[in-house]
Amino acid sequence: MKRFIGFIKKEFYHIFRDKRSLFILFGMPIAQVMLFGFAITNEINNVDIAFFDKSKDATTQEIINKISASKYFTNKQMISNDAEIESVFKKGNIKAVLVFDRDFSEKLTKENKTSVQIITDATDPNTANTINNYLSSILQNYQQVINKQMKVPFQINPETRLVYNPELKSVFTFVPGVMTVILMLVSAMMTSISITREKELGTMEILLVSPIKPFQVILGKVFPYIFLSVINAVVIVLLSIFIFKMPVEGSLFLLGFESVLFIINALSLGILISTVSSTQQTAMMISLMGLMLPVILLSGFIFPIASMPLPLQIISNIIPAKWFIIIIKAIMLKGVGLTFIWKETLILVAMTLFFIAISIKKYKIRLE
Amino acid sequence: MSISVKNISKSFKTVNAVKDVSFEVKEGELFGLIGPDGAGKTTIFRILTTLLFADKGTATVAGFDVIEDYKEIRNNVGYMPGRFSLYQDLTVEENLTFFATIFGTTIEENYDLIKDIYVQIEPFKKRRAGQLSGGMKQKLALSCALIHKPKVLFLDEPTTGVDPVSRKEFWEMLKRLQQKGITILVSTPYMDEAALCDRIALIQDGKILQIDDPQEIVKHFPTTIYDIKADNIYKLLLALKEYKHSYSVYPFGEFVHYTDKRDAIDTKELTLFLKDKGLNNIIIQPTETTIEDTFMELAK
Repeated sequence: MKRFIGFIKKEFYHIFRDKRSLFILFGMPIAQVMLFGFAITNEINNVDIAFFDKSKDATTQEIINKISASKYFTNKQMISNDAEIESVFKKGNIKAVLVFDRDFSEKLTKENKTSVQIITDATDPNTANTINNYLSSILQNYQQVINKQMKVPFQINPETRLVYNPELKSVFTFVPGVMTVILMLVSAMMTSISITREKELGTMEILLVSPIKPFQVILGKVFPYIFLSVINAVVIVLLSIFIFKMPVEGSLFLLGFESVLFIINALSLGILISTVSSTQQTAMMISLMGLMLPVILLSGFIFPIASMPLPLQIISNIIPAKWFIIIIKAIMLKGVGLTFIWKETLILVAMTLFFIAISIKKYKIRLE
Repeated sequence: MSISVKNISKSFKTVNAVKDVSFEVKEGELFGLIGPDGAGKTTIFRILTTLLFADKGTATVAGFDVIEDYKEIRNNVGYMPGRFSLYQDLTVEENLTFFATIFGTTIEENYDLIKDIYVQIEPFKKRRAGQLSGGMKQKLALSCALIHKPKVLFLDEPTTGVDPVSRKEFWEMLKRLQQKGITILVSTPYMDEAALCDRIALIQDGKILQIDDPQEIVKHFPTTIYDIKADNIYKLLLALKEYKHSYSVYPFGEFVHYTDKRDAIDTKELTLFLKDKGLNNIIIQPTETTIEDTFMELAK
């Protein structure tokens, strides 16, 4: 036991004396949460738009005011001829132009039918789509208001209700993803690097020719990172609660338990990586390419798994991060208990045991 | 026997690093493996410290088999690899404490064993190991290898890259450790250090050329060696190689070492021959055989 404690003490010296790993450990999580929370978002806010009002009557003015008043759009410019539409798009700031037909109000009252054109800059298709939807819904909303006064014979009124994230805040889906990525990065990459560093510097040779047992070396390497990763997880959850007002509907205890499970899973992957690589460089490359990319791309963090091609959907099943994201989303947003996520939890446990078993089998007690 | 090696062979993908090597080291002996880089010294060390499996042959260290009883060996030996292998980001004191802890002991418990060495680096105990000089690094590494009072000490090229003064001190320390009953197996590419061992094995290309104590090895040299010097060493080398009676010629310090095919040389004749070749200030004198001469002869 004394040996083990001595070993852990040494590991903490390594971590706290290496500025680079300290930065990765504590700087990255905060920077990433902030980045994903504030900058990388698929909501739209204050999009600059222009109006081409050929009618200039009370109704169009009302619509323009309504749109400009919303937090999504800013009225930047009034356009007076067709040629100008093209030129404002080319300048690049204006993302959409709304064109009202001639005699807009008159046609509406006399013919019960009028038209408005929405032109969007689709160089960024996602944004264009969102702008389109938002503008359409504002127009529809206005239509409903004026329809109230006039009786329409047949009407279907869809009543939508968004549950678990009613305001459609994208930060709610990013926080679980970022947490997953960071725990994976810190746990797997840092442990694999710290084990391979001993190999590279030759200290592993001395450790092998000593009474310290292989499992003590591995546990000694893993323990400090469990501790630091838990701190990281706590920091991320606190940031998301207090800065992004993310709710934690489920039990904090369950969230903690699942996080520790995932951390151990990632650490066992890190050990596995260190058994197959002999230099820090290789360990880092394998961690980045072999873990980070799948975690970001295939876990459902950014791209929904359901819309992936079938082969990728199948591959996504072997990525622990996928299951962890399902678990924490369920706990934080839906507030479910273990009875609803026992399957995912079991998969993570099985994966962890599998990785540990291979690592122990592959761990070398000699140099070859 | 403290170390016993029987017919050990080991090959890697492309090279046969060790070929059928056998030797024995008595308890309390200071035994040297002497040979150039790539001779297979490190491989032998790694087999004996249970880090590598031999392809063929058996070996025991402190009475334990290197394969079956590897755990006992790891408890009872001290190993100092050829490359400086301590934690560079830990201080001198932290390194020593760490190695004491993983061997289940404390610095205080075995302080008398490392005292002579450690007092020299103690003033720098708060300094990171990475910032020590070469000589001090070696002293720290030796202290760490000794901290658990090993029965057998393996030192793989401990003086490579160390200044001459520190080298001399280092060997004095080894002598003192030997008196405390520790068996020491040391390897070195420096022939002058060989003379300080009780017995040495000359090794080249994975094969042992000769095992004996240094005096005996020198004594068995077949002929007399001459130191020859002239104003132009390079020209001298070429001239001597052309000389009809010449057996071996190689540079040695400020002289050229020369052996003749005959039992005794004709100094006058040789001087004339060299003057003919345009050399001046010629000195020819018999000299004592060194281990390096023996090695050159055996490796021929």
